[in-house]
Amino acid sequence: MIRFSSVYKGYPNGAMALKDVTFHVSKGEFVFLTGHSGAGKSTIMKLLFAEQRPSGGEVRVSGYNVSTLKADDVPRLRRRLGVVFQDFRLLEDRTAEENVAFALEVTGARTDTIAARVMRVLTQVGLSAKSRAYPREMSGGEQQRVAIARALVNDPAILLADEPTGNLDERATRGVFQLLRDINNGGTVVVMATHDLDLVRQTVYRTIEMRDGSLVYDSDVDEAAAEAR
Amino acid sequence: MKLLSREALLSFRRAPLLSVLSVTTIAFSLFTIGLFGLVAVNLREALRGIEERVEIVAYIFRGTPAETIAIATQDIAAFPEVSDVSFVSEEEALRRARAELIEFRDAYRDLQVNPLPASIEVRMKEGHRDAGTVGRVAQRLRNFGFIDDVRFGREWVQKLDHLRNLTGLVGIVIGLAFAAVAVVIIGVTIRLTILQRAREISIMRLVGATNWFIRGPFLLEGALKGLLGGLLSLVLCYAGYILFRDNSGGTLSGLIFFGPEQMVLIIVFGVLLGLGGSLVSVGRHLRHV
Repeated sequence: MIRFSSVYKGYPNGAMALKDVTFHVSKGEFVFLTGHSGAGKSTIMKLLFAEQRPSGGEVRVSGYNVSTLKADDVPRLRRRLGVVFQDFRLLEDRTAEENVAFALEVTGARTDTIAARVMRVLTQVGLSAKSRAYPREMSGGEQQRVAIARALVNDPAILLADEPTGNLDERATRGVFQLLRDINNGGTVVVMATHDLDLVRQTVYRTIEMRDGSLVYDSDVDEAAAEAR
Repeated sequence: MKLLSREALLSFRRAPLLSVLSVTTIAFSLFTIGLFGLVAVNLREALRGIEERVEIVAYIFRGTPAETIAIATQDIAAFPEVSDVSFVSEEEALRRARAELIEFRDAYRDLQVNPLPASIEVRMKEGHRDAGTVGRVAQRLRNFGFIDDVRFGREWVQKLDHLRNLTGLVGIVIGLAFAAVAVVIIGVTIRLTILQRAREISIMRLVGATNWFIRGPFLLEGALKGLLGGLLSLVLCYAGYILFRDNSGGTLSGLIFFGPEQMVLIIVFGVLLGLGGSLVSVGRHLRHV
């Protein structure tokens, strides 16, 4: 589903955000992306949804080559992805259901199917009762659930979550994390960037650790190597 | 499509002052073009009436034999540019002078000898009534030995021609200046809207909206403002036209207004202005959102 091959990402000021990063993610996986701020987690995320292009190497996502992707194909790639951020990125002047429906409207979905699909994902994230609430009337955890519902409404193959629990208290964090696990259990690939190591340690999911733009640890690869020894 | 128009209309509510400003600038730019256009149209209409009468008068030396004149008349009538040739005898000339120049009636009545020469009047075919062709035909007439002098209203035909061209030119120059201002103002309006909605646009991008889908409402907004501006300018032009016509004391009662094609042209130009302004702005600013 995702394949990074010797990926480099440099910026015009000479800084290198990623250095020779290689990994791949198969169908159905849940992957943690860890590391300090500025280690390269967000850059990997931005390459995954084609917000940025690699300076070297190859990034493949769900059959698309991000390195050579035409501008017209970027929207097509994004419709196969769901993206969630630390700051939720909801529209303040729209209700929960309008925020979710927005994602369908702008992709030209059939109008008569929108309401049912919106209700289905809001139920999935446990917010069917708050569909008419505005973001300011909801807690952080609830807002993030709305954002996740919006990410899910197009039935993405891959869900990208960039510090989804960064602004949430412990209880909300657990709830959102559990929701992401449920989504993964439904077959969706989840890539979650986080520096919440407690969360990572609680589970047995694959972990990729970044430091200064380099991949320094990949539990899949390193454990296989350890077993081989 | 419903979403598209809803988003486009929303901007009128969000920034009513700026929207009104853009519509009025477009309207004024087209109003200027329109007013000068009206003058040009009416001048052309007046010129057409005059042009139909464009004729060359060739005065004939006294004593030229009638047969010579008759043969020459046939020759001249065969010129490709000439539609009609008629001979005016000395007596006919005097009779006309008496009828038309009432002020000098007494003077003509007391004449012992007819001082007026006979002449040939040459009318031009349509499409050959411009100053250049008329001049060439006049020159050919001069080459006939029995022709004393050739007159045609070259100067005032040319003057009217110049006036018409000048009016059109002035209208276009001033109108284009206004149009440039309109494009800039629309550009600024669209830019403000884009900045205002940067968050919304970035989210649209994120969930996979195509660029044209994002641009659509902005372009529609511009086109809509252009349409309104065009309509408003026509209303202004018509008001100006009525005002002129009815306060001229009847001398301008024959004044005409634009035909349907010209009105459509003005509105289309307005839509293009609006569309142009938003295209420039959308192209420059949407990338940075």
